[in-house]
Amino acid sequence: MVALTRTTVAGRERVRGRRHRGEDLTKILFVLPAAVAMVALFGYPVVKNLLMSLQDYTLKTFFTGAAPWVGLQNYSAVVHDKLFSDAMLNTALFTIGSIAFQFVIGLGLALFFRNRFPLGGLLRSLLLLPWLLPLIVSSATWRSILEQDSGILNRTLISLHIVNDPVPWLNSPSVALIAVIGVNIWIGIPFNVTLLYSGLTEIPDELYEAGQLDGATGWRAFFYITWPNLRSVAGVVLMLGVVYTIKVLDIILGLTGGGPANATQTLATQSYEKSFVDFKFGQGAALSNILIAISFVFAIFYLRSTRRAVDE
Amino acid sequence: MRRTAYTVIGIVILAVMLFPVYWMVNASLQPSGNTLTAGFLPLHPTFTGYKRALDEQGGNLVTSMIIAAGTVVLSLAIATPCAYALSQFRSRWVSIGLLAILISQMIPGIVIANALYTAYERIGLLNSIPGLIVANCSSGIPFAILILRSFMMSLPPSLVEAARVDGAGLFRAFVAIVLPISKNSLITAGLFSFLFSWSDFLFALTLTTKGGVRPVTLGIYQYLGTQVQNWNAVMATAVLSAVPAIVLLVAAQKYIAAGAIGGAVK
Repeated sequence: MVALTRTTVAGRERVRGRRHRGEDLTKILFVLPAAVAMVALFGYPVVKNLLMSLQDYTLKTFFTGAAPWVGLQNYSAVVHDKLFSDAMLNTALFTIGSIAFQFVIGLGLALFFRNRFPLGGLLRSLLLLPWLLPLIVSSATWRSILEQDSGILNRTLISLHIVNDPVPWLNSPSVALIAVIGVNIWIGIPFNVTLLYSGLTEIPDELYEAGQLDGATGWRAFFYITWPNLRSVAGVVLMLGVVYTIKVLDIILGLTGGGPANATQTLATQSYEKSFVDFKFGQGAALSNILIAISFVFAIFYLRSTRRAVDE
Repeated sequence: MRRTAYTVIGIVILAVMLFPVYWMVNASLQPSGNTLTAGFLPLHPTFTGYKRALDEQGGNLVTSMIIAAGTVVLSLAIATPCAYALSQFRSRWVSIGLLAILISQMIPGIVIANALYTAYERIGLLNSIPGLIVANCSSGIPFAILILRSFMMSLPPSLVEAARVDGAGLFRAFVAIVLPISKNSLITAGLFSFLFSWSDFLFALTLTTKGGVRPVTLGIYQYLGTQVQNWNAVMATAVLSAVPAIVLLVAAQKYIAAGAIGGAVK
């Protein structure tokens, strides 16, 4: 009887031990597929691009298997390319222009929709459509709207006597970048509205009621109550804006293909062209690594500023 | 009175913002080849554009559908258990995992395409549907993990513990208890994974080199590359490609709110 109990207890303990170990294994199995996928889809590409950017990796490599090491030659080649400074400038203008307007217009609309009125919620959610459409669909649609001779925008502007001659929206080097930025602003507004609106709804009404007693209404309420409380959300929106805008490719390829006369080439389109049009994978990798480095600088800057805000 | 004025202003804002979408539909129904003669209303609607779109791009639409459906299944299968682990297991690895997801969002698609192209070339996944499904999971998986995790954070651990007391293993408890409760967030994550994959242009452009496998986004791009003569066929294809987004917005509105906020990651 006693012996029996002892063995059962020991057995039970053995079972429990096994079950614990089995459980750790199960826990690992929960994460393993995702970890493998993240390594394969992000880790491997980043490492591979770093290596490729230091190699002479061209179409020939696929046949001969040889990709000789060339040190920083690819970086120096792309940086000394006469297009590089233009592409840098265009990337900066595209990113800053898009984000500034998306954010300001988005914030304005978010504040507007904070007023409670009939159909408000419905209108706000329908506003999301431009963000949900495939980018190439938006590009195609805008291209038909911006067509120089037959597009509806020029036809409207001329019939309203705002301009006398059709504006070459996508065909003139001096206008094309503005047109492309304009389309990208349109695409980004809904996302800004949605995030900023959700940030606004988290500001407690009591703050405004208290502010009202102190005479903070209108613009004063905005500067003393709304903006300070919205700052962390605004930071997230702006950082994500930079990270996503800086790598945009679909819109530019669909609208102008980087033209006319390279007026809308950015680092992202350049990187695509080097790799998949010229088949100089090493140079394409070098350009995209520069792109990653720029994103990282922004992200670190953002993370440091939020940590400081939390520390205070 | 004031509230009605707000509604009117709101409708005007919406009309301005959605005008291009209206114009896409309008141009798709116009009879003429170019938009020069297109009126503001499709007074004499014709479906020749749609007929041409379906003839020339019908196969591409099916290809896109298969790739998007495959991406949803694979992304959810991989992301869901991981999201549960990140929400419930206590480990220092959780914050490392979340940081990795955050950093992954900064990697441009072109970097992934560059590396996958060379790898696919070697293992024969170029010009293949599985190849594009795997590539599209790079947007589906991180997004699904974040959406699902933020929902699963609210699940009380006692729920699963109760099942475990009854003798169910961790995995069985997960399938029998966690998955059914998470239905709504699974739908949200699935819908957005579908949409990302359906919208993909970069991987379609870079990871296919021959005509065999061609998603509809690439079909539209090729329409744009040749001198555009028939805007109504291009716009009809655009409308057909916009259908998932429109359906998602109208029919699945309650899932959108969650997704749009979680969409902070897109």
